[in-house]
Amino acid sequence: MSDKIAAAGRVAIARHPQRPNISDYIDALFTDFFEQRGDRLMGEDASILGGIALFHGRPVTVIGTRKGKTLEENLTCRFGMPDPEGYRKAQRLMRQAEKFRRPIVTFVDTGGAYPGLEAEERGQGEAIARSLLEMSRLRVPIVTIITGEGNSGGALALAVADRVLMLENAIYAILSPEGFASILWKDAKRWEEASGLMKLTAPELLELGVIDEIVPEPAGGAHLAQAAALRQVDEALRRQLLSLAKEKGSALVERRYQKFRRMGEKV
Amino acid sequence: MSDIFAKRRSRLLAMKALRDRYVPPDRAVTCPQCGQVRDQQALPLSVCPCGHHFPVGAYYRLGITLDHGSFRELYPDLGAQDPLSFPGYWEKLAEAQRRTGLREALVSALGTIDGQKCVVSVLDGRFLLGSMSSVVGEKLTKTIEYAEKNRLPLIVFSASGGARMQEGILSLMQMAKTAAALGRFDERGLLYISVLTDPTTGGVTASFASLGDIILAEPGALIGFAGPRVIQQTIGETLPEGFQRAEFQQEHGFVDAVVPRDALRDTLARLLRLHRKGGAS
Repeated sequence: MSDKIAAAGRVAIARHPQRPNISDYIDALFTDFFEQRGDRLMGEDASILGGIALFHGRPVTVIGTRKGKTLEENLTCRFGMPDPEGYRKAQRLMRQAEKFRRPIVTFVDTGGAYPGLEAEERGQGEAIARSLLEMSRLRVPIVTIITGEGNSGGALALAVADRVLMLENAIYAILSPEGFASILWKDAKRWEEASGLMKLTAPELLELGVIDEIVPEPAGGAHLAQAAALRQVDEALRRQLLSLAKEKGSALVERRYQKFRRMGEKV
Repeated sequence: MSDIFAKRRSRLLAMKALRDRYVPPDRAVTCPQCGQVRDQQALPLSVCPCGHHFPVGAYYRLGITLDHGSFRELYPDLGAQDPLSFPGYWEKLAEAQRRTGLREALVSALGTIDGQKCVVSVLDGRFLLGSMSSVVGEKLTKTIEYAEKNRLPLIVFSASGGARMQEGILSLMQMAKTAAALGRFDERGLLYISVLTDPTTGGVTASFASLGDIILAEPGALIGFAGPRVIQQTIGETLPEGFQRAEFQQEHGFVDAVVPRDALRDTLARLLRLHRKGGAS
């Protein structure tokens, strides 16, 4: 029972409005950030922020979902729920990272891909599917960090990485606990109970082999001591990128393939 | 000798296909398109005279797609599992198995279409809505790898409500796994044809179903990522007529051709011929 409360408590922390977001991470951890916009096909989707920056002096491509801080930003970013153009922009930036041999860092904090009419017309499913396939064969290091909530294929489309990190109180799941409860029991109000069953917390996911490392948070959550939380993320990213820096492109692709190949294999 | 085995395989598939089509006599169905009450078993290819395509079971699909006697099932022993020990899931699985005679929602086979060797996987919508479990992902990945190793074309018929809720995050990971396997398959220069049938949604649309070199769809099939109900709730207005149907997807550039069931086998044969090494003879 205490596990269930713990899981539901983490859901609340993961969604806390004062939790550090993509802009905070870029400001604190990177220098010389140049934002790149547009998918070169149809449009620009502000719910995914991406560009080139220096990380401890080295060029990297950094991409992440953006929920926005003000209400106006929230609305242009649809609270961090991307349209197909967002995923296609991410694909473009990742291909470019490969061309210029830059490692890729992705930050994930999303309720999922946006379930809108236009998103469907422009191939939300295809955009996510293509992202999964492209990421699986990129010949540069990819490190993903799930900082808040990572829901559904909309999160996974930025998380087919060599290393998947999670903040201690972040959640990563097939969909929101509310959605889960509403599908399974036709009652979204049972989300707390769902949280306890879904294995969406960082310790549970580490045990399942879905993630590779838990980044500790200050007591009570990252929003209570931002600077300390950002430092922890910086340290973990730096260490992971360093460990991948010497790997050959072909070895990275093979190991990444095997990593995802093993998931759910046990019969 | 091999002739005897071919006959036996053919009979086995025919029997399984027959069971797929079995509908209790008191369970006549009302066609959602024309509103007529139909005996589905009596309809040729389970297509209503009005043109509505009823969903069909996996073995029946293989029976109407593959050449007589060419069917060989791949990985038939891969059974269901409950990786997260989710309450009540085993009972659900057992009930689905009892009702459909399947072990899980995906059936894979090796066979020929008009004499051309290929590997075919079929999702069966009757088994927990054809949802993506770890076993579905694992079996499909094994099938893709088999086709890659033997340099054979791959055809996948999708019919799915999306993720398997009871397997949570592991269901989600099957999207990455199958997409990655198709990435390798693609790099070997091999042909993958994806056939979308009613309904193809969620994580299946957002992974292997959308990654075909050629994408075909059956008429009227619902194809999308988010379900119509969720979209309606999000935007707060009713959805336009024909939204997310096969014809809509063709119009919006996500399907090469909408092909009626009675023309599907010939279309697949033609596409396999067009990709034959050294040209058609």
